Amino acid sequence: MDIKKRWLAVFVENQVGVLAKISGICSSKLYNIETITVGTTADPTISRMTFSFLSNDATFEQIKKQMNRCVEVIKIIDLTDIPTHMKELMFIKLKINSPVEKEEVISIAKIFRASIIDYDMERLILQSVNSEVGNNDLINLLSKRFHDMEIVRGGVVSIEAMSISNG
Amino acid sequence: MKKGTQLWLEALKEEDVDTIFGYPGGYVLDIFDELYKQNDIRLILPRHEQAAVHAADAYARATGKVGVCVATSGPGATNLVTGIANANYDSVPLVCFTGQVPLDLIGNDAFQEVDFIGITRSVCKYGVMVRDRKDLGRIIKEAFYIARTGKPGPVVVDLPSNIMKEVMKDSYPAEVHIRGYKPNSDVHVGQLKRALKLLRDAERPLFLCGGGINIAHANQAFRQLAEIVNIPVITTVMGKGAIPTNHPLYVGSMGMHGCYAANKAVSECDLLFSIGTRFNDRITGKISEFAKEAKIVHIDIDTAAISRNIKVDVPVVGDAKLAIEKMLTMVKQSEKREWVAQVKKWKEEYPLGVKSGNCVNPQRIIESINNIFDDFIAVTDVGQHQMWTTQFLELDNHKKLLTSGGLGAMGFGFPAAIGAQLAYPEKQVICITGDGGFQMNMAEMATAVAWELPIVVLVFNNSFLGMVRQQQQYFCEKHYYGTCLKERKSCQRIKCHTPEECPPYLPDFLKFAESYNVEAYRVTEEEQIEQTLKIASEKAKQNKAPVLVEFILERYDIVLPIVRHGGTLDNMILEEN
Ligand SMILES: Cc1ncc(C[n+]2csc(CCOP(=O)(O)OP(=O)(O)O)c2C)c(N)n1
Ligand SMILES: [Mg+2]
Repeated sequence: MDIKKRWLAVFVENQVGVLAKISGICSSKLYNIETITVGTTADPTISRMTFSFLSNDATFEQIKKQMNRCVEVIKIIDLTDIPTHMKELMFIKLKINSPVEKEEVISIAKIFRASIIDYDMERLILQSVNSEVGNNDLINLLSKRFHDMEIVRGGVVSIEAMSISNG
Repeated sequence: MKKGTQLWLEALKEEDVDTIFGYPGGYVLDIFDELYKQNDIRLILPRHEQAAVHAADAYARATGKVGVCVATSGPGATNLVTGIANANYDSVPLVCFTGQVPLDLIGNDAFQEVDFIGITRSVCKYGVMVRDRKDLGRIIKEAFYIARTGKPGPVVVDLPSNIMKEVMKDSYPAEVHIRGYKPNSDVHVGQLKRALKLLRDAERPLFLCGGGINIAHANQAFRQLAEIVNIPVITTVMGKGAIPTNHPLYVGSMGMHGCYAANKAVSECDLLFSIGTRFNDRITGKISEFAKEAKIVHIDIDTAAISRNIKVDVPVVGDAKLAIEKMLTMVKQSEKREWVAQVKKWKEEYPLGVKSGNCVNPQRIIESINNIFDDFIAVTDVGQHQMWTTQFLELDNHKKLLTSGGLGAMGFGFPAAIGAQLAYPEKQVICITGDGGFQMNMAEMATAVAWELPIVVLVFNNSFLGMVRQQQQYFCEKHYYGTCLKERKSCQRIKCHTPEECPPYLPDFLKFAESYNVEAYRVTEEEQIEQTLKIASEKAKQNKAPVLVEFILERYDIVLPIVRHGGTLDNMILEEN
């Protein structure tokens, strides 16, 4: 079927319970949320939520309609097919067993434009601000070599683009 | 300076509320005290909060106004949940006020604290806790506005007790502005044109009316439209009465227990012109086979209802009445069609009917109501008796039906009849209930007596949870388990006693009525039906009190036809197995 990755920016009243309500709409109808991020906007009474779903057209249409029906939802933008800047912040804590391994991490980090933001004798923390796919690739690559990893992913934030035609 | 409760009362008066269904408790003491000090709004005290919300619901359904109920925090509030979900499913405008522990106790697992907004989030249109006294007026204003506009629904307002005590200088706002809520107030004429083009081109067009027509009070306009375009009309259970049931264009209601002709017509039509229905699974049967031959037009106020269950060719978002009135300016009188006669023929070939044994045939009871009363509100509970009612009861502008459609909540009938009778003291209110469902809220007899309500309560006693028993008959190899209301410890689990040993029914409904000083009759023969109904209605008026009539039905009567769960509509079970 037409299952693909979809993105929504949802502007909501910045009130207690709204996140629960919106995520409740998804869970009660069995829509699985892939990622979600929430933050306030320039107007402190409004929060912006960014969702990603893996879904087909029909389900995604329903998700949008159901959210729109919600009194607390002010506006919804479907980011799926419009040019956007999208980034995800990710931290990876790695256990390093030898100087060779350390060198290897440093060179991988370079290629992925990740930075090393902390370390001690056995461990190291990478910070990556990349697309979701880029972060997946980085994890895949590292996991071939390192097994002792702690990964923290922030979920994707995105903003509509102005000067580019595809994100 | 005004106390929170004073502003609350002012708000209710502004919203033209004259009746509140409420049950007291610690955290609504101040609210009750405020009500005590005035005479404009009457408080109806039920015997259970569930009855309060069902009664408020029926009050709203009958009048078109917003129904209001009040319950205390914790258990009072949780007792409302079924009624809120029920109102939500049938799009009934309600505002439910619940007491709450003071703000500084919230989150402490305080006595009678529950997160009621959390609990009801998925079963109401909107829910909000007031956290600041200065927001109280605005929130109540928004609550009423949200409840009654767009697709109507229940709104929950949770009131921490300290907020209701707090005083400040303010008044109830005159206007609302909610940036995330802009109900549709117009219809797209272009879409209507497209819909009417399909209608002109169709050879076998069919109207399908849902509850939306009744909610929008679009019945008169719809009747005109149907007569002008001259096409047959079928309804859902909730849409029944969209056009008078004795109208020549009316076929019947469709779906799981719909009539043959209606279900057949859906399967054969080439255009299904639907208004105000959500294509619930009980009406569609197997989706992939539903109206297979047809293009589909769907007019609905709720965008989320369109193309959710079935794919729609021409969607029109908007209020049913507005859309129909617009269409009336766009259509021309059309000729009688062969198709109308065809549908009529199906109706004559396979009429609805209950084959019953020696006892009282339920069909005759409903037909007697048709014969005797020409102005009534009938309220049903949920089960076989409800389906028989929707199959046989005649409706028009003076004969109305209130029923729990979307949720199908047993226990609705009797308290709802109370709500309807309070709304229209002069009308004949008839409560048609099962022996099972009546027992769920029969304590409300006290409320009905206390308020001098001349409700005629008809208990269809088959001593079974009949609708479920019928499903066991068809789908569980007649394993009647957990559905016999005569069953006792002494009964053998699978095999029944001989009829002589079968234990007596509990309770004795006549003695039950007697304990409330309510007149009651037991009807065991068909000849007694009409006479008893007449007497009951007269006595009720004379006594200014309810009258109960128990009909002893054949225990194994069934509702036919049946469309199996997930089966196709044109594959109905028409005969008993
Ligand atoms: C609150 C609730 N519980 C259970 C059901 C499932 N149910 C639907 S109809 C029915 C039987 C109703 O029995 P009764 O009131 O005697 O009516 P009858 O079908 O016999 O006419 C049941 C148990 C329901 N609809 N609502
Ligand atoms: Mg029964």
